[in-house]
Amino acid sequence: MNFTSESSGKRIPCFRVLDDNGYPIAGSIFEQVNKEVAVRMYSGMVTLQIMDTILYETQRQGRISFYLTSTGEEAINLASAAALSPDDVVLPQYREPGVLLWRGFTLQEFANQCFGNKADYGKGRQMPIHYGSQKHNYFTVSSPIATQLPQAAGVAYSLKMDKKDACVVTYMGDGGTSEGDFHAALNFAAVMEVPVIFICRNNGWAISTPITEQFRSDGVVVRGQAYGIRSIRVDGNDALAVYNSVRTARQTAINEQRPILIEALTYRVGHHSTSDDSTKYRAVDEIEHWKTAQNPVSRFRKWVQGNGWWTDEDESEFRSNIRKQLMEAIQLAARKEKPPIANLFTDVYEENPPNLVEQERSLGETIKKHPQDYPSDVPL
Amino acid sequence: MAAMLHTIGVASPVASGGVFPDHQSNKFAVSSLHSLPMIRSEARSNLSSLHESYRAGKLIAKAVATKGENAAASGASKPGHELLLFEALREGLEEEMERDPRVCVIGEDVGHYGGSYKVTKGLAPKFGDLRVLDTPIAENSFTGMGIGAAMTGLRPVIEGMNMGFLLLAFNQISDNCGMLHYTSGGQFTIPAVIRGPGGVGRQLGAEHSQRLESYFQSIPGIQLVACSTPYNAKGLMKAAIRSENPVVLFEHVLLYNLKERIPDEEYVLNLEEAEMVRPGEHVTILTYSRMRYHVMQAVKTLVNKGYDPEVIDIRSLKPFDLYTIGNSVKKTHRVLIVEECMRTGGIGASLTAAINENFHDYLDAQIICLSSQDVPTPYAGTLEEWTVVQPPQIVAAVEQLCQ
Repeated sequence: MNFTSESSGKRIPCFRVLDDNGYPIAGSIFEQVNKEVAVRMYSGMVTLQIMDTILYETQRQGRISFYLTSTGEEAINLASAAALSPDDVVLPQYREPGVLLWRGFTLQEFANQCFGNKADYGKGRQMPIHYGSQKHNYFTVSSPIATQLPQAAGVAYSLKMDKKDACVVTYMGDGGTSEGDFHAALNFAAVMEVPVIFICRNNGWAISTPITEQFRSDGVVVRGQAYGIRSIRVDGNDALAVYNSVRTARQTAINEQRPILIEALTYRVGHHSTSDDSTKYRAVDEIEHWKTAQNPVSRFRKWVQGNGWWTDEDESEFRSNIRKQLMEAIQLAARKEKPPIANLFTDVYEENPPNLVEQERSLGETIKKHPQDYPSDVPL
Repeated sequence: MAAMLHTIGVASPVASGGVFPDHQSNKFAVSSLHSLPMIRSEARSNLSSLHESYRAGKLIAKAVATKGENAAASGASKPGHELLLFEALREGLEEEMERDPRVCVIGEDVGHYGGSYKVTKGLAPKFGDLRVLDTPIAENSFTGMGIGAAMTGLRPVIEGMNMGFLLLAFNQISDNCGMLHYTSGGQFTIPAVIRGPGGVGRQLGAEHSQRLESYFQSIPGIQLVACSTPYNAKGLMKAAIRSENPVVLFEHVLLYNLKERIPDEEYVLNLEEAEMVRPGEHVTILTYSRMRYHVMQAVKTLVNKGYDPEVIDIRSLKPFDLYTIGNSVKKTHRVLIVEECMRTGGIGASLTAAINENFHDYLDAQIICLSSQDVPTPYAGTLEEWTVVQPPQIVAAVEQLCQ
C-alpha cells in the first residue's frame, strides 16, 4: 500500500529565455522575435506602464471612480498577445488591458471607457477597466473571479464545432484558481478536447492573500496534470519566454484540439486596485525589489537595445509622446458627453418589455417635473 | 440521484389519496369545456398573436384531452398527432436543431442516455455528440460554458437535470447570462435557453422540489416562461430558442406524461403571452404550470355550484402579460392567484403587487393568493400533498371572493 506523497519533492522547473539582465541564457532554445514584433511588444509594454501611471493618478484626483493597474505584468500582457492571432478569442479577468492594446484599442478608447462617456463601447454600464470589444475578439470583463473560465471552455467548444483555425485564451490570477469555476473549466476543457489556453498570472497576491495561503500545491502548474492537461511553468517577467510558450501552446491547442495550462510567474507591483493600499499587508522593500531589480519592462528593453533596435533617445521620445497623447485623450474623454438616460433601459433585452417601457416613461416624467434636481449636462 | 429520478417515471399530476372521490387515478381529470354552457369564441381574436395558427378562429377548447375522448377520436381523420409533453418538448427542440445548425444542447446525461426525463432522447444519435453534449457534473460551469458559446454565436439549450441544481449556476445566470448583453454595451448577445424540470414532485425530497422562478424573477435581462401542456411546451420551446434574449423555460416534473393532440403544422408561440384556458365572468383565476390542473379540477366543482370562473394560465412569468390579465380583471373585478411558489417572494407575490398597482380601481375585493407554505418540501407523502395548493382550497377561496 503506497500513498502518493502530497508533494513530489522537486518543484516544476520554470522556462526562461532571458536572464535578469536581459541576456539570452546560454543553451536556451527559443523562437527568435524579429525587430518589428520586438519593438512593437516593447513599446506596448511602455504604453501600458504609462497608461497605468497616469490613469491611476486620474482616479486619485477624483476624475474617474476606479482603476486597477497591471504594473509588473506588462510582459505577460504584451508577449502573450503578440503570440496570438486576431481571430483567437480572449476572455480576460481584468489585469490584461495590454492584450487589447496590442490588438489596436486606442488610448482614446481606453479613456472613454474609464470615463464612461457616450463613446464608451460599454455605453457607460461597467466600472472602469472593464473593457470589452467584440471587433477585437476581447470579451467584456466581468468582475466576479473566474467566471470567464467555463465560458472560455464554451467558446472553445463553439470554435471546435465550426472547425475554426483559432483558439481561446483566458486569463486568471493565482487567487482565481481557488474558485470552483477553475476546477470545472479545466475538467470540461480536457474532457471535451477543446482548444483553449488557460494562462494563470501567478503574481503572488490575491488582494491581501499571499500564495502561501491560497494553495498548498506546488503553484498552479501541477494542477494541470490532475485534469489531464498539458502544462508549463514560465517566467512571466521574461517577455520572450512568455511569447514562445504561448506560440507553442497555440499551435498545440489548435492542431491537437486540447487545452493547455500556462502558469506565468510574476509579481503584482501595484496595489490590487485604487481601493487597496498594499503596504498594509506587505513589506515596502519587497515591492521595491520587484519594481526595480525584477522589472519586466527594463529587462526586455535591455535585450531590445542590445540588438540595436532601440535607443535611449527613442525611449524618452516615445514616453513623452505617449504621455502627451494620453493626456489629450483624457481631456477629450472627460469633456465628452455622458451616455443619455435612454441607455439605462436599452440592451437589457433585445426589445423592451412593457415593464421597462413603463419604468422609462415614469422616469422621464419625474425628470420633467423636477428639472432642478436633475444634472443639466446629462442628455435624455 | 438518477435512480431517485427514475421513480418519477409515470406519475399523475393531480394528487391521489382519497381527497377527491370522483377523481380517476392516473388520468388527468381536466374539465372538458364541451360540457359547459358558456364558451367565448372571441377570446382569442382580441390577442394580436400572429404566431398562434392553431385552428384559426376556434377557441382552444381543452387544455388536455381526457382518456375517454382520446379513445373515441383515435381515428386517422382527426388532424394533428398525439404525444406526451416530454415528446412535445423534444419535437420542438428537434425541429429547431434541424432548422438552425447553431442550436445545440448542453447538460448532464442529455446525450446517449437521452436525458433524465427523456426530453433529448434520440437527439445525440441524430445530431452527433458535439451538438448534444454530455457534461461533467458542474452546473455553474456548463451554464457558464453555454453562455460563452452563446456569446460566440451558438444557440445553446442548457438543461438542468432538476431546476433545483441550477441554484449552483445562479452566479452565471444572474451575473453573466442576464447582464453581459447590457454591460458589454450591446456588443454581445446571449441567446441561450435554460430549461429543466422543477416544482414539487412525488416525494423527491426538499432539494429536488424547488420552485426557482421565485428566485430568478428579479434577475434583469432574462425572460421566464412556464409550460403546462404539450401544445404550449412545444411552442414555447421553439420560441425560446428563436429569441435573442436568454430565456428560462420552467417545466414541471409531474407534467411530462400529459397527453394531447397537437397540430402537424409548425407553430411558435409568443413568449410574453398568457393563455386563456377558460373564459368566465365571476372571478379571474391566474395560475401556471401544474397548478393549472388543480385549478381546472376545482373549476368542475365551482361550475356545479353555479360559479363561472375565468382561468388564465399566465405562462410568461417575466414579464407578466398584464394586457390579458388586465382585461380579465376589468371584466370580473375579482382575482385569485394559485401558484406553487412559496408564500414569501414568489411569483404570486409579484403578481399581486403588479395587479394592485395597475388595476386597483377595477378590484371589488382584495386579491387572494394561494401559495405553498414557507417550508422545505417534506418527504412524507401526506405532508408533501399539503404543501401544495389543493382544489378544495381553491373552491373555498373563490366562494370567499364572490361573497
